[in-house]
Amino acid sequence: MKKIINDPNLVVQDMLKGLVAAYQNSLKQVPNTTVIVRKDAPITGKVGLVSGGGSGHEPAHAGYVGQGMLDAAVCGEVFTSPTPDQVYEAIKAVNGGAGVFLVIKNYTGDVMNFEIATELAQADGIEVEQVIVNDDVAVEDSSFTTGRRGIAGTIFVHKIAGAKAQAGGSLQDVKAIAEKVVANVRSMGMALSPCTVPAAGKPSFELAENEMEVGMGIHGEPGTERKVIATADEIATELTQQVLDDMGLNSDDEVAVLVNGLGSTPEMELYIVNGKVSEILKEKGIHIHKTFVGEYMTSLEMAGCSVTLLKLDEELKELLDAESKAPAFLN
Amino acid sequence: MKLDVQQVLNWLEKTNEKIQMNKEYLTSLDRAIGDGDHGINMSRGFQEVIDKTSTTTYTSVSDLFKDVAMTLLSKVGGASGPLYGTAFLKMSMIVKNREPIDKKTLEDALESALEGILQRGKANLNDKTLVDVWTPVVDLLKDKEVIKGSELEEVSKNAMESTKERMAKKGRAAYLKERSIGHLDPGSVSSYYLFASLAEVLSEEE
Repeated sequence: MKKIINDPNLVVQDMLKGLVAAYQNSLKQVPNTTVIVRKDAPITGKVGLVSGGGSGHEPAHAGYVGQGMLDAAVCGEVFTSPTPDQVYEAIKAVNGGAGVFLVIKNYTGDVMNFEIATELAQADGIEVEQVIVNDDVAVEDSSFTTGRRGIAGTIFVHKIAGAKAQAGGSLQDVKAIAEKVVANVRSMGMALSPCTVPAAGKPSFELAENEMEVGMGIHGEPGTERKVIATADEIATELTQQVLDDMGLNSDDEVAVLVNGLGSTPEMELYIVNGKVSEILKEKGIHIHKTFVGEYMTSLEMAGCSVTLLKLDEELKELLDAESKAPAFLN
Repeated sequence: MKLDVQQVLNWLEKTNEKIQMNKEYLTSLDRAIGDGDHGINMSRGFQEVIDKTSTTTYTSVSDLFKDVAMTLLSKVGGASGPLYGTAFLKMSMIVKNREPIDKKTLEDALESALEGILQRGKANLNDKTLVDVWTPVVDLLKDKEVIKGSELEEVSKNAMESTKERMAKKGRAAYLKERSIGHLDPGSVSSYYLFASLAEVLSEEE
């Protein structure tokens, strides 16, 4: 393992120290927690937005804390859901009296820990609602299993629900718009190389020099198919097609595109992928309202990318275009 | 059988020893079909449990279980924290004013813990989760008038090993569908350590 760290067991604390130092004018850390909140939190009368999850996905989620997006991010250990006491602290820190809304990625641990925190907050009389993001089409959608994972599409939930809350939406308004995003966002990813959790010291899986893993999650959990590496155009086509098959878009539909790097894929390669994605969408007569290319939801130093499409209507467009002052999503 | 504070502390210490000794093994099992953090999380959580319980004086097992629950909830994370935390919290409630714990109280406590795990995790038996170990253990206690350490060890071990041939339906391994077959469920292995340690405590008493 070759990493720029001090102690593998202290990477989250050390990262947060540097993060707060970098954005000291807009972010603060709730003392003795791994919770990052807007410096001006809680904002009276505004719905507080909280997300979080395991660390290792930077800039998710602390980078999305800021006016127009999240009020707080709860940072768990690397790839490990934050604990209920931490989520509870975040809820209390952003409660401005209008209720608190939780954006949870669909992983068993995340859902359970956030639910326990919700129960604790509700016992205090704080109104709490949630949405569970499950945009990964690589995984079968079934009510008999855990269901689909939440991956890069989560960023659109942060942005749009955040804009709604910023605009003065009620807790129910924020919940409704967040559910609308979840219903209209789909993603699919692939990886070229694994990543190493600092405390584990070993890569999460192995891929031969000529192999890629399609349907990869964002924690190094195995994908759905391993095969010989293809060209960028072929990769872009496969990911985009799987997303499109699941969404059922029609020509003249409007979308936002997110080509997300998993940590060590150069922007050059992401743009090459995006070139093909945009070509495919144009061929189908689908309008691209806005494109985001870069690292939004990473998996430590994994090489690979994901493609996310969000089907838009006027309301979603307006909220997507609204101002955001979050360090990782200046808009 | 009777379990008092000292014996429960002994149970926790033995569990911690097994988890620390098998930290890498648990993580490697999780790396195969999960996200590779089970050993890391359980070792961190149980070390915290021992740090807390070895420096606190307890007059009741109920209080002790409650501290274990809160420590696991706040230090483990992932899915294991809420599941093990919920289990110990339920046990804490059941054993209150029923100490030292006799066989019937242990049976009730473990049954309540299992109910808590089922409710929190929404898993069913044979989904390849720790429920697959907890269920036969609870059944064993219900079936027997007297519980023997050797029987508990055997039942929990067999249950743990049986997860290998199952396809995961809950937890992150469920995403792998058929590819999860042939691997042990890491949560069932850590639950086996918990029950194997309890079995040792019971055997020492026999």
